[in-house]
Amino acid sequence: MAQSKAQFGYRRHADQDRTGGDVAQYPVVVVGAGPVGLSLAIDLAQRGQPVVLLDDADRIGEGSRAICFSKRSLEYWDRLGIGQRMVDKGVVWSVGKIFHGASQLYQFNLLPEEGHKRPAFINLQQFYAEAYLVDRVGELVPIDLRWRNKVTALEQRNDHAVLTVETPDGSYRLRANYVVACDGARSSLRQMVGAEFAGQVFEDQFLIADVRMAAEFPTERWFWFDPPFHAGRSALLHKQPDDIWRIDLQLNPDADPVAEKRPENVRPRIARMLGHDKFEFEWISLYKFQCRRMDKFIHGRVLFAGDAAHQVSPFGARGANSGLEDAENLAWKLDRVLRRTSPEALLETYHSERSAAADENIRESTRSTDFMAPTSRHEARLRKAVLLLARETEFGKRMINGGRLSVPSIYDSSLSTADRDAWRGGPAPGASLPDAPLGGETAYLTEVFIKAGTRFTLLEFSNGAAVETPDDIGVIRIGGKDGLSDAAGLAGARYDAQPGTAYLVRPDGYVAARFRHPTRAMLDAALARAAGHN
Amino acid sequence: MGLSTSSNFAKPDDAFRAVVEAHRGLSDEHSAELDAALVLILANHIGDIEVLREAIALAKRRMVDASQQQQQQQ
Repeated sequence: MAQSKAQFGYRRHADQDRTGGDVAQYPVVVVGAGPVGLSLAIDLAQRGQPVVLLDDADRIGEGSRAICFSKRSLEYWDRLGIGQRMVDKGVVWSVGKIFHGASQLYQFNLLPEEGHKRPAFINLQQFYAEAYLVDRVGELVPIDLRWRNKVTALEQRNDHAVLTVETPDGSYRLRANYVVACDGARSSLRQMVGAEFAGQVFEDQFLIADVRMAAEFPTERWFWFDPPFHAGRSALLHKQPDDIWRIDLQLNPDADPVAEKRPENVRPRIARMLGHDKFEFEWISLYKFQCRRMDKFIHGRVLFAGDAAHQVSPFGARGANSGLEDAENLAWKLDRVLRRTSPEALLETYHSERSAAADENIRESTRSTDFMAPTSRHEARLRKAVLLLARETEFGKRMINGGRLSVPSIYDSSLSTADRDAWRGGPAPGASLPDAPLGGETAYLTEVFIKAGTRFTLLEFSNGAAVETPDDIGVIRIGGKDGLSDAAGLAGARYDAQPGTAYLVRPDGYVAARFRHPTRAMLDAALARAAGHN
Repeated sequence: MGLSTSSNFAKPDDAFRAVVEAHRGLSDEHSAELDAALVLILANHIGDIEVLREAIALAKRRMVDASQQQQQQQ
């Protein structure tokens, strides 16, 4: 079985030698060095903010845990300088297949078009993702990552928070303008602020087994309802790097967790599924899950992100990916508030945008779970009807819900400027940027956005003279004499572009406003709104 | 376009009869399965979530009213 994948040393920090009222103060302390906390720290550091990142452990954990990382997450990691490493190691996939019994019902492609830098998904063990993020943290001077630093108390003050941190050398205190709690589903910070974390508990148990084997299955997501090897329940098969395969089996609600987890009981089940027993176990875990979120993601000077703020069922890969979307949403806002280029009210939009996204993720993953585990006899009948109708009807296939995979939310946000022009396509305000190839085969819009500074950026389709833009924003010009070429016409099509069309893009790569023919005054107003000045 | 509750069939008896006959000879379980499939097929044919919601609300209201009346009579 897999052991911990990386071990890090505790090191005493000079802050621990301070005594009495002499407490070190930092703009941001991030609690929890999982994928979300690490990514957030990197993002903030790249924006020039010093960050202290605390983690109560000193190693990267056992088991693969999250394995599916979305296109959106990869694009974010590109901005953090580690996307390519993730993709190089990961297993790229975009096709999913649904089986009922022994026969295939349905196949879907999550990215059926060309011209995107990143695939729909990669599968990568969470410990690899975390290890690469930790390496990246090591390259960034402004991040101070402290292992075996456990937060044991929190005091909220008017304009900062004070943390008590326990270490192998005893405890010390830290002051932070803002604390971001990325400390997972069992968040201790959440308990310290006394926040409720209520939601729906699902009774069905699921067994995860990571097995090592050489197999010829394609790199696709295979989902079975009522498979011959696991009658009456559902099953999922997914490839990871290093010849590891993720198998997810739905168990009966009354299954005995201890017995079910024993390798000698898991082995025959999986041998029936694979048709052979030439595999070794890497990791076995049994879980139940809940769908829930905090009412408010902000409590005084403490902001919550990732599993600490919201939990979903695993079907749909909406856990880690939505946590990373939290990080990209929060980092630029926190940076601007700390620099006083935006009012503190901008942070409220972190709560409003990301809690709405959490609601959407909970809704989607709850529907998937209900479809997999009907809660009444008639629900089971309706599901059976869908599965049988899917054999000969398109609508039946589309109604099968074996997990709706994570896509970025479209924010209904006070930061967006409502459309005033007519649009027949393209990303609306609140939507994330679709990628497109630009200026040759190797350059993509997502790359050009990074080169423009990952900040407020005007994406404009040339129309003779350039629009006068505010000084401190990036500019991406497509077409015309000095612009990037859109030889394939995909950027133009994906942005419903006409000469003069311009999109104002937020630092997290979401559309704030768009115009057919912007004036300087229109841009200034949209920019002020997007920066939280309204 | 909301849910139509005016009479849409030229011969309503034919429509009622077609549904009844589909259930003839079926066990309750098989009838329930048939209804489940039928509901989904017809819902997709309507293809309008608001109309579907109105239909569900109407069906629920009628069935709940009827069972309350039954209880009062008992």
